[in-house]
Amino acid sequence: MSEELYYLLLKLPDYLGGHILLSMAALGVGLMVSIPLGVLASRRPKLSEYVLGTAGILQTVPTLALLALMVPLLGGMIGFVPAFIALTLYSILPILANTITGIRGIDASLTEAARGLGMNDWQMLGRVQLPLAAPVILSGIRTATVLVVGTATLALPVGGLSLGNYIFSGLSMNNITSTIFGCIFTALLAILMDQLVHLLELAVQRRSGRLAWCAAVGFAVVLLVGSYSPIAQAFAAPPRVVASAPFTEQYILSEVMKDALESAGFRVDQRQGMGETIQFYALKRDKIDCCVNYTGNIWVTLMHKKDAADAKTTYEETVRFMKEKYGVECLGKLGFENAYILAMREDRAARLGINTIADLARHRRKFIIAGDEQFFDRPEWRWVAEKYQLSFNEIKQMDPGLIYGAIKDDHVQVICAYSSDGRIAANKLRVLRDPKKVLPPYDAILLLSRRGSENAPLKEALRALVGKVEPAIMQQANLRVDVDEQSPRVAARQIQAALLRR
Amino acid sequence: MIVLENVSKTFDGGARYSVQGVSLHVPRGKMLVLLGGSGCGKTTTLKMINRLIDPTSGRITVNGRDVRRTDPVELRRGIGYVFQGSGLFPHMSVAENIAVVPKLLRWPKERLRSRVEELLDLVNLPAEQYRERLPRQLSGGQQQRVGFARALAAGPDVMLLDEPFGALDPVTRDELRAEFLSLRRRLGLTTVMVTHDMIEALLSADLIAVMNAGHLCQLGTPRELMSHPADEFVAALMASPKQQTQQLEALAAAPLRGGDV
Repeated sequence: MSEELYYLLLKLPDYLGGHILLSMAALGVGLMVSIPLGVLASRRPKLSEYVLGTAGILQTVPTLALLALMVPLLGGMIGFVPAFIALTLYSILPILANTITGIRGIDASLTEAARGLGMNDWQMLGRVQLPLAAPVILSGIRTATVLVVGTATLALPVGGLSLGNYIFSGLSMNNITSTIFGCIFTALLAILMDQLVHLLELAVQRRSGRLAWCAAVGFAVVLLVGSYSPIAQAFAAPPRVVASAPFTEQYILSEVMKDALESAGFRVDQRQGMGETIQFYALKRDKIDCCVNYTGNIWVTLMHKKDAADAKTTYEETVRFMKEKYGVECLGKLGFENAYILAMREDRAARLGINTIADLARHRRKFIIAGDEQFFDRPEWRWVAEKYQLSFNEIKQMDPGLIYGAIKDDHVQVICAYSSDGRIAANKLRVLRDPKKVLPPYDAILLLSRRGSENAPLKEALRALVGKVEPAIMQQANLRVDVDEQSPRVAARQIQAALLRR
Repeated sequence: MIVLENVSKTFDGGARYSVQGVSLHVPRGKMLVLLGGSGCGKTTTLKMINRLIDPTSGRITVNGRDVRRTDPVELRRGIGYVFQGSGLFPHMSVAENIAVVPKLLRWPKERLRSRVEELLDLVNLPAEQYRERLPRQLSGGQQQRVGFARALAAGPDVMLLDEPFGALDPVTRDELRAEFLSLRRRLGLTTVMVTHDMIEALLSADLIAVMNAGHLCQLGTPRELMSHPADEFVAALMASPKQQTQQLEALAAAPLRGGDV
């Protein structure tokens, strides 16, 4: 546990710093956009309708969708910028709406008095309207602050660093410590920022310059804490970017690649939990250096193949495709496969004599099948269901972490799983063979973007991994994280130990 | 000196005139009261003098300068304005409220300070006690005193007052009015005041302009209006204080009846 916490703390400067900078930049720019816009709109009722309408529509776009959309819109840019723009858009509505309401709510006799005394529009704005609307505007800023600090956790899928990295890697690896760690720090940061804005509210209320200074110093300190890690990094060589997807194996492989590169003298920037589509974008646009993907996955989702081929053909065609269409070099197979498979409890399968998917289809009894959120929407599932004419009593989508418990307790009888998952063997499950070769092979391959492949030492360092990660090693490592609740770092060290033994 | 020549104002493109063909002349140092019921156009007339409202037609000059050709901001800074219900800024202290116009004129800090003290003294509010207070910490009468001080801050020689005593209780109103009138005379302010209160108009004005439905009914001294009302409307208006006085006298003379006390 203490080692676990140590590794979590190790990443705190990066994640907390990223979170702070992201939120503060988004809020800062949000303020700079929405207050002038609100002032302008408060003078023109027509404009305010349009502006509030647009901001309202932006607010209804699901956060994750808005974040993910930013990547292609920005030409494959990942990390800070897309997350920053999406969060800025989110921060606008509450501040804008409150600025307009605040200014409109000022007693007309006061604005007339201001004009009657000889203030021009700007003087009236600065001396009368903004000060009088300040309480309402500040309450809008408070709303935006909490919203943005909370939403910044979602920067992870587009490769942004934030406290969300703790939360989502914890969720996908069943690591409750990491999730709670991330939640607590996010909540603390949100409370702190909220209280700093509240301090500003008090400063306005009590007309206290000292309170306003305290708030300003508070913000400056938060910003300074946030800047520590980026500033420290700015003086070092630009890092190599290792991308990974949001599931256990990828978190482990991210650590393995990181260690391989670091021992070759590279500085490494891990971008974990990125969406796969976004990774491909980033690969193509040279925004990352390397990542691991799977031949069958590329075969189906990028090449849009209509049926499976043997492992050799799949590998060769995938490599050629990635080279030609993406300019991405494949360094080779890591040595294990992470295929979609169907599995049953060994005892039941033995009793019923079910060895293959075809046996399953032939069996009179109708079972309940469970799979993760995406499997039943993938073409592979359509292929299997059609070619074997499978039918089930019920199809259940559930969180990957719950699937093994469900089959153990016989709530479901068949599960879709991933072949490198250590829990298959640990739970005494029988993997059903695929005699018609409907499912494609999913060899894990190491992909390098152009900038990655142009660097010979980097290539050498990663080549050491090619062919070395055998299925048993990967399953073991996954099991350590998924079941023994060890951190991916600890699991990664076991893989390195296995590599060294050879 | 304020001159209005054939001034008209319509807010709806000519369908209805709020002010129509009004001509007035307020000599330097004199006080004119615009008198009339609500909606008669008296406040619109007042606001056209400092261009809070621009006239549709006609010409207005203040101290010989055509207001149309004067920058409204500059014009307003040279004219003191007292608002109905004080119009003090609630987020500013008494001192800050008074210093609004001098600050706009970029007076140096020291001069601002001494001016605020001088003005608080002038309106009978001890500076040490009131300088830092917020408007909500003052009574209605004190607020309007600050309103006067604010209007006088930059030393204007023209003052516009929009029902300045309207929101005050009768005792405070009489006291404050008396103070203002003596102050006005002392400073030689050319003044235009709007009111619907007959007695206030008669007691304050050098000249009264009676308005009805956007028209100027009569312009004259209080005595002229009382002795030679120009029309029925003015005559009825002038008769009302007399009637009230008679009613009051009758009330005072009547014997006490049991149960009244």
